[in-house]
Order: sequence, then structure tokens, then C-alpha cells
Amino acid sequence: MKGILKLAYRLLVNDRSKFSALLVGITFAVYLMMFVTSMFSGVMKHASANIINIGAPLWVMDPYVETVSNSVGMPAYVLDAVRSMEGVKYAVPLYSGGALVKLRDGNYQTVTVVGLDDTSLYGRPELLEGKIQDIYAENGFIVVKDAEFSKLENPRVGSDFELNDHRGVIVGIAQVATSGLYGIPTLYTTYERAIQYIPNPRFTISYVLVEPKSPSDVPLIKRQVAALGYRARTKEEFMRNTEDFFLYKTGGGTNLLIMMLISFTVGLSLSGQTFYTFILENLERFGALKAIGAKNRDLVFMILFQATLTAFTGFGLGIALCVMLILLARFRLPSYAAMITFGNLGISFGMVLVIAGVSSYFGIRRVLKIEPFEIFRG
Amino acid sequence: MSRIAIQAMGLTKWFGEGETKTTALREVSLTAQFGEMVYIVGPSGSGKTTLLSVLTGILKPNAGNVLLEDVNIWELNSDQLADFRLRKIGFVFQDYHLFPRLTTAENAAIPLILRKTPWDEAVQEAKKYLDVVGLQSRAELPPVKLSGGEQQRVAIARAMSSQPDILIMDEPTASLDGDTGVAILSFVRKNVLNQNRCILVVTHDDRIYQFATRILQMEDGKLKVTEKSGT
Repeated sequence: MKGILKLAYRLLVNDRSKFSALLVGITFAVYLMMFVTSMFSGVMKHASANIINIGAPLWVMDPYVETVSNSVGMPAYVLDAVRSMEGVKYAVPLYSGGALVKLRDGNYQTVTVVGLDDTSLYGRPELLEGKIQDIYAENGFIVVKDAEFSKLENPRVGSDFELNDHRGVIVGIAQVATSGLYGIPTLYTTYERAIQYIPNPRFTISYVLVEPKSPSDVPLIKRQVAALGYRARTKEEFMRNTEDFFLYKTGGGTNLLIMMLISFTVGLSLSGQTFYTFILENLERFGALKAIGAKNRDLVFMILFQATLTAFTGFGLGIALCVMLILLARFRLPSYAAMITFGNLGISFGMVLVIAGVSSYFGIRRVLKIEPFEIFRG
Repeated sequence: MSRIAIQAMGLTKWFGEGETKTTALREVSLTAQFGEMVYIVGPSGSGKTTLLSVLTGILKPNAGNVLLEDVNIWELNSDQLADFRLRKIGFVFQDYHLFPRLTTAENAAIPLILRKTPWDEAVQEAKKYLDVVGLQSRAELPPVKLSGGEQQRVAIARAMSSQPDILIMDEPTASLDGDTGVAILSFVRKNVLNQNRCILVVTHDDRIYQFATRILQMEDGKLKVTEKSGT
């Protein structure tokens, strides 16, 4: 079998123009597919930034909350009620909201303010500069050093700004796992200071962060929260809900689907057609092989091998191209929202397999149908 | 005493049904022995190609039997038949059907590769046959760099590389000029034909009739005349 596969390899690779066209088709299709799905994954990761950065296993919220950045305030009794629920180890409030800060140069900048529980500072970020206890100092804020950091004039510890007629002072510089989606800087402070500085509606708790006594208590806590008229979601569920919102309620899913279809069509039409042409051009020679004594399964193996080789090579090149362009983009835009996941790879690989399968199916059909008798007719 | 290489009995083959039915072979019987170079000649449409296809197990007859070296080939299943062709029959096609992307030596090695001979070993073996047909110096060239006569010789080397007992040549001079055609068939007669091999040639080129040991005349699906060659 090795000799036949080598024969198939030589026939394919030595036809450089066809092989190049096949690779361009598959590579471009994989690149498009990878790029669009990576963009989506990246956007989703950024959209769930607060969920990832805070890291709480269970989030209690208003049932109408669809994404972490659009919270609905809950009254204070919810926190008390959750704390008293069976299976809850502890529960803390979290404030999350937008605000406008006035910088030293007089410019205004929108920021996300995260207010951490005053007692525990649950969900605090990792500090690069400063001390966490300074968050309790007068007007203390911690700024996240991410791609948006410069929008606050690259503050240092001690830099100040104005927030709703209150003075704010940077007491620490932190890093987080993921920066936000909307391209605005993030400030951390205490819950109490957040609701004091930022104009708020009557109810101020954005989320109640819950630590269950054990993972098996999560369903019980969920039921109790639901009985209260609110909703508890695990970290993973909340991230998935956020993803679903962008996928199904913003047109993002439709765009993603359209781009995936375009990639598939490009791949199939370019590579499928080229591969089929390649088979047609060699059809008489396949017929000659049949006449000489090649069995149908030998020819099927040859075609499948050629299709698979092309598909896998194109898959590798497509990924390499995508990675290269993402790295290039990150070089200029550090927060560039694109992320290659195993899911993306799986989708692209599936597409490549379908393209290879469809291309070889039509090729195999033609080759199996050719009668060696036709070869004698010249 | 000569052994029988090919024995065909009552071969009948038709295509289509009803009004479109065309009978290509009408109860054709023939025998060819080892050491013979038998020509099947006749005008276009007389059934030569159909007979060749039926004799080599490529086209199933509607009636009749074919014994190749005492094996009734139409009793074999498709895999056995393909295997039989691979081991016992060498083909030289009218249009050569060489792979343009392979070297001459790789083209000549194809039957060996199909027989699962390791690639390098098959190519080395094939080079011996290129030497026989005088083309060893062209072994690494692609067929497109060769003349028509040289390509035909590559096709002969390919057919010989599996050391077949029966060699089939379909219109071997159709794509060659007169002198080259004569030279090729002269070469085959001198160097390829031996007492352990039977060569069957389909042609209507009377310039090469001189190399036949026997000529079978076909007309309208029937073998009309059997005549001895002058050689």
C-alpha cells in the first residue's frame, strides 16, 4: 500500500499548479473560518471579562440580566436572604457599572467601575504596584493595566482624577486575566465607595457572589434563589448566557454563520473543483491503471490519500496564516479580540474534512465508473 | 510442443438492446501459443478492440469463454481478475497513457508498484527494462521530454516490467511515424518475444505485418481469415 500512496503523492505534488491551487483554496477557507470564529471567541471572552476576572463560582442576579455588563440592581435584602440559604458558605455584593471620569487634562473618559465587597474584597485583581489595603484609603481606586490603560493618561500610584464631583486617587495598578469588550479602562474600588461616588437607582447590588459549601449544593442554592424571584447562574452558565446573547440577539450569530458559509463555499468551490479537475485530467490514466490490474480499492485509496493530504496541508497552512495575522494585529493592538480555541480548530477541521470528503466523493465516482475498455478505444 | 497461451471459444459480445443493439463479436474462437506474435487486423469497427478487451478480462462477453494459460478468466471475481491481469498480462496502449508527472523510470515501475513492490526496488527493477528498450539514459526524465517513439518504448518497458506471459499491444504504431513504428515492432519481435511469451497486436498498419508470426483478419465481428506472416 505504501507504494500506491507514494504514487498518489507524486502524481499530486508533482502537478505543482494544481497542487498549489488546491492548497490556496483550502488554506484560504481555513483561514477565513479560523479568523471569523477566533474573532467571535475573542469577543466572547472579552464580553465575559468581569465573570472571568472576578472568578466567583455562583452569581445571583435579576432574572432579566443577559450579559454581565448589563446588570439590574437588586435590593439589599437579596444579599441577606442568600447569605441565609442552605448550602451557602458565604455571599458578598458586587457593584458593576459605568461612570465618566474627568482627567487632569480636562478630558472625560468612560470607565467601568467594579465595587468589591468592603469586608472581603472578594474578586480583587492581582496587583502589580501598590498594596491592596490602600483601597480603603480615602478616594482609593485601583486601575487595571490593560490595553485601555493609556486612556487614563497612563496613571501612576498617586495620580488623581474626578468622578462625579468626587476626587479619586490611584492607589494600585493591577492586572487581570481578560480586559473588557468595550475598549474602556476598568477601576476597582470598594462597594460602598462605588455606590457613594456613582449616581445610582434605588437598588445598588449588581450581583451577589456566592461561594457554595460544596459544588453539589449549587442546584439547591439555585432553587432557593429562584423561589426568591431571582436567578443564580454558575460562572460557566453566565459566560454561556453572555455568549448566547451575542450569538442570538445581536445579529452576531447570523454574521458568524454567513462568514462560515462563505468560507465553506470558497473552500469547496476552489478546492473541490480543482480536485475534481485534477481527477478528470488523470481519468484516462486511472483507467489505464485499472486495465493494468489496479483494483478499485487501490484507486479509492489513492484519491482519498490525495484529498486528505491536501486537506491536512491546507489546514496547517490556514492555521499558520491565521495565527500570524492575529500576532501581527496584536503587535499593534494588544487587546485585539481574537482567540484560537480547540472549538475553532474543531470547526475548521470538520469543514476541511467535509471539503475533502465531497471532493473525493465525486472524484471516486468518476474513477470507479471509468471502464478500462474506454482506454483501448484511444 | 508449444503451449497454449490464449484460447477463446465462441465469444459473442453485443452492446445496447432492441433497435440500438450492435453486435461487436460473433462467435469468435481463436488460439494463440507461447512464442507467437499474433496480429489481429481489420478495418475500424470490425471488433478488434472489443476482442482485445474480452480476451484480457476487461470486457465481459455475452457468450463464450476465454482461457488464459488454462485459467477461465471469466470465472474469476473482479479482484482475482485484476490480480490476474497484473501478474500475467502486459499492456501497451495506443496513446501510451504515461503519467506526465512521473519520471520515465517511475512510469515503467507502475505494474511493480501495483504489485506492492517497494517503491525504490520497483524503480530499480524498471530501469533494467528501460535498458532493454535502450532508454536507461532517459530514466529520470518525464515522458513529455521524450519523442513519440521513446514514449512507446517506455510503455513497452512498463508492460515488460512485471514480466508478463502475455503482452497486448493496441495499435502500437498509431501515434508514430512509419519508420519509428517499424523500428519499434522490429525491436519487440527481436527482444521481447520469446518461447515463454505470447504477443497479441491489434493494428491496421500493414507496414508492420512483416513482424507477425500469424495474422488474424477480422471483419464485422468475425474472424475471417487466418494467414501466416512472411517472417
